[in-house]
Amino acid sequence: MTAAGRPGIGWWLLILPALLLLLAFYIAPIVQVLAISVTEPEPGLGNYERIFTSESVQRVILTTLRICLITTVLALLLGYAIAYAVTLATPRARGWWILAVLVPLWISVLVRAFAWVTLLRRQGLVNNTLINAGAITEPLPLVWNEFGIIVGMVHYMVPFAVLPMMASMREIDPRLLAAARGLGASRGEVFRRVFFPLSMPGVIAAAVLVFIFSLGFYITPAILGGGKTLMVAEWISLQILDLIRWGLGTMMATMLVLTIIATLAVFSRLVDLRRIFGSGA
Amino acid sequence: MSAAGHALAIRGLTKRYGDFTAVDDVSLEVGQGEFLTLLGPSGSGKTTILMAVAGFVAPSAGSILLDGRDITPLPPEKRNFGMVFQGYALFPHMSVADNVAFPLRVRGLGRADRDAKVRAALDLVQLGQFAGRLPRQLSGGQQQRVALARALVFDPSLLLLDEPLSALDKKLRAELQEELKALHRRVGRTFINVTHDQDEALSLSDRIAILNHGKLIQSGAPGELYERPRTRFVADFLGKSNFIEGSVASSDAGGFVLAAGPERIAVRGQGAPEGTRRLLSLRPEKIVLLGEGAGADNVVEGRLLAWSYLGADFALRVATPGLGEIRAVLPAWQAAFAPAEGLPIRLGWSADAAVPVEDDAP
Repeated sequence: MTAAGRPGIGWWLLILPALLLLLAFYIAPIVQVLAISVTEPEPGLGNYERIFTSESVQRVILTTLRICLITTVLALLLGYAIAYAVTLATPRARGWWILAVLVPLWISVLVRAFAWVTLLRRQGLVNNTLINAGAITEPLPLVWNEFGIIVGMVHYMVPFAVLPMMASMREIDPRLLAAARGLGASRGEVFRRVFFPLSMPGVIAAAVLVFIFSLGFYITPAILGGGKTLMVAEWISLQILDLIRWGLGTMMATMLVLTIIATLAVFSRLVDLRRIFGSGA
Repeated sequence: MSAAGHALAIRGLTKRYGDFTAVDDVSLEVGQGEFLTLLGPSGSGKTTILMAVAGFVAPSAGSILLDGRDITPLPPEKRNFGMVFQGYALFPHMSVADNVAFPLRVRGLGRADRDAKVRAALDLVQLGQFAGRLPRQLSGGQQQRVALARALVFDPSLLLLDEPLSALDKKLRAELQEELKALHRRVGRTFINVTHDQDEALSLSDRIAILNHGKLIQSGAPGELYERPRTRFVADFLGKSNFIEGSVASSDAGGFVLAAGPERIAVRGQGAPEGTRRLLSLRPEKIVLLGEGAGADNVVEGRLLAWSYLGADFALRVATPGLGEIRAVLPAWQAAFAPAEGLPIRLGWSADAAVPVEDDAP
């Protein structure tokens, strides 16, 4: 930094290699995708018109948004409960909790998806147990549909929901909770009026993270959807690799990137809210 | 607000954490409308006692009574005590008015009542115009006053203060001390304050309880504690003190004479059995500098070792052959001499000045 507080030329030289790398391997391909979407099969916005005319394109978008929203809500609910338990746990127990949250992250997403298939398929553990118990007579359709996808995705996303919420909850000054009780609030009211509002920044961060992650999910929906329920990522791969419709595939990819950017733009405004509402101290 | 103070009694309060005894069999009475300060170094158990009174710490033994009623098993939210936490613990996501309204809201008070009380409480601490601000937009002193308003708005039976002024700078602290004292007079409630600051304790309290290692060492009015400390710890912690050790040379109804090395020191008060060891506490400001030919009940000669000019006062360290190093403090305008190392000095003090204390030093 120069004396005036503005980055000098030396500072720019320092980050130049990283900037070039980013341009060559990240920005350029994305620009190319954008270019293909308006040039193939012919120049123009024909591909984008399909969003309004093609029922199959609309169905993929709606399915993706629905699955992502449900996944986000479920992952947040489960994640909030876990993050809350971890925050209140003794330091010893907290270590075990965090380990339990992180271990699934270290297991391949492929392994986890197939594990869910073996559990949820017609002759799987869940259906067999229910049939043997006499609860049902016919196996329930638990996999190769939206239900299966959501189960797999929620399982994958819970740690990503827990971590930002836990960070936010641990920033809450425990004295505030004690103060609330000392001022006459029951445990329930302490949670409702003090803890929950102060944990909101973490909830928002977790929601954005999970939602954006879910939008581009590929492996889990591909395996647990069984090719019948298509989400955007699988649909794009289908268009480009199987149907060789580059224009349509890149159009959808562009839409995906734009949606993510839009979500992040909204998020950055909510981050400002965090500064207004405070997050603990 | 009504001026209904409540009386609190702490009976044999003990709190153990594993092998560690944080509070050891402490009994204290706090009268109606009294301002009691729990004073002690860190780790003395003063905060634990306050937290037990507030209901955040369950005692291992003993009980806490409010106006004779046992409240030991009550959770904090059922005790109806106002509390000002260290660092104030204002809710950062609520405005000043909402912070103050919080205790009323959880008590289900109607909106009109609530607004009126919040306004009265904010006016009490002169923060009416800041109602819409967030805590972070206030200075430390203002935050402290919001915490006070929030703790008083619901007419609590007791006000508990956990080092309420420790986060403020010295000047502001003195200012808020005055305010806190005035507030106590105005609302007429029973206040229990915790601090490690002896000046704060002396200036604010009707009564001080001095704690060390979880035990109550002495309690009494500030002047009583300062003038007649029971033990060496009290004399040392509350103000500064010289300590003189010796054995009783002679004794009668009017006092005794202590033999400390070659010196003979007259102490007025109760007699003491001859030959027993006694420890005296002698406040530096009770020592006077004697000119040529002047006398006093006790006179000790020595040489000036070091001095500090403090504006109002002049602090001296004097090496005496018989008593070791003696600290004296005199009003600076009276110190009519040019200090120099090794300067011969005659110190004197009256037979009332030194008081015998128990030696509880480790």
